Amino acid sequence: MIVYIAIVVMFFVGIYGMIVKKNIIKMIIGVNIIGYALNLFFIVIGYRNGGIAPILVPGMTIEEFVSKAVNPLPQALVLTSIVIDLSIICFLASLSIRIYEKYGSFDLEKIRRLKG
Amino acid sequence: MVINTGFHIFLLLMMIIGSIIAIFSKKLISSLVSLGTVGMLLSIYFLILSAPDIAITQLVVEILALIILLSAITGRDVTADMTSSKVYALFFIFIFLISIFTFVSSFYFIFPEFGNSNMRVGEKYLYLAPTKLKVANVVTAIVLDFRGYDTIGEATVIFTAIIGVMVLLRKKGKKDE
Repeated sequence: MIVYIAIVVMFFVGIYGMIVKKNIIKMIIGVNIIGYALNLFFIVIGYRNGGIAPILVPGMTIEEFVSKAVNPLPQALVLTSIVIDLSIICFLASLSIRIYEKYGSFDLEKIRRLKG
Repeated sequence: MVINTGFHIFLLLMMIIGSIIAIFSKKLISSLVSLGTVGMLLSIYFLILSAPDIAITQLVVEILALIILLSAITGRDVTADMTSSKVYALFFIFIFLISIFTFVSSFYFIFPEFGNSNMRVGEKYLYLAPTKLKVANVVTAIVLDFRGYDTIGEATVIFTAIIGVMVLLRKKGKKDE
């Protein structure tokens, strides 16, 4: 149970960075931290006590493997989610580069003030 | 391999401290470096939770994201002072925190306890992948065979993101203002 609570705390640190901070790079860092917390949540749901990785090694029967390995479905979904997170970070970074070229600052207050 | 719960709590605590430093640090470069630390600790924790494929992918993606964000801020004005957060934002965050802890206590009845996974579909995949498909690694069997349409969707999303980045960062064909 304490693992779930720690993940929720990490998620809310990311939400705080997204909402309260005025720097665009800090907001991107908040998005990144939210992605970490969600991936960790999915992996923790699929864990078994004393479980082995879902890879069949030689010298192990199928029944023993099925009864001991961790849940492979959340791992496969998280594998997709991590790569999509990277593409989101790339897009946000290029947006912030473009904003810096136009306004000369990463600060949201100055960007708002320059708008006519 | 059995790991006691103290080590889990230690790793999670280090991750929370690293993310708090990444949000509240005054300089952008130090906050990016502590974000990289959080990613590395997450990779170690995936390895402990017996997910080696995820650990490798997380390590590579973390380093790539760090390089991209560092190249976005190098040569630019990183010493610009961050305007301090407003007080009512803190108040809203406090309310959010209380509501989410009530959510967690209601999750207690829905989600399984840590270490007791619900294996309804997972057991099927674990049994079918070595016998029917003759694949030893079940995770790659799910990604490439059982749920191949999800992988096509992932490729579409990445393609769209690359097109967006190319449109945003092009130099040619832009009108001078």
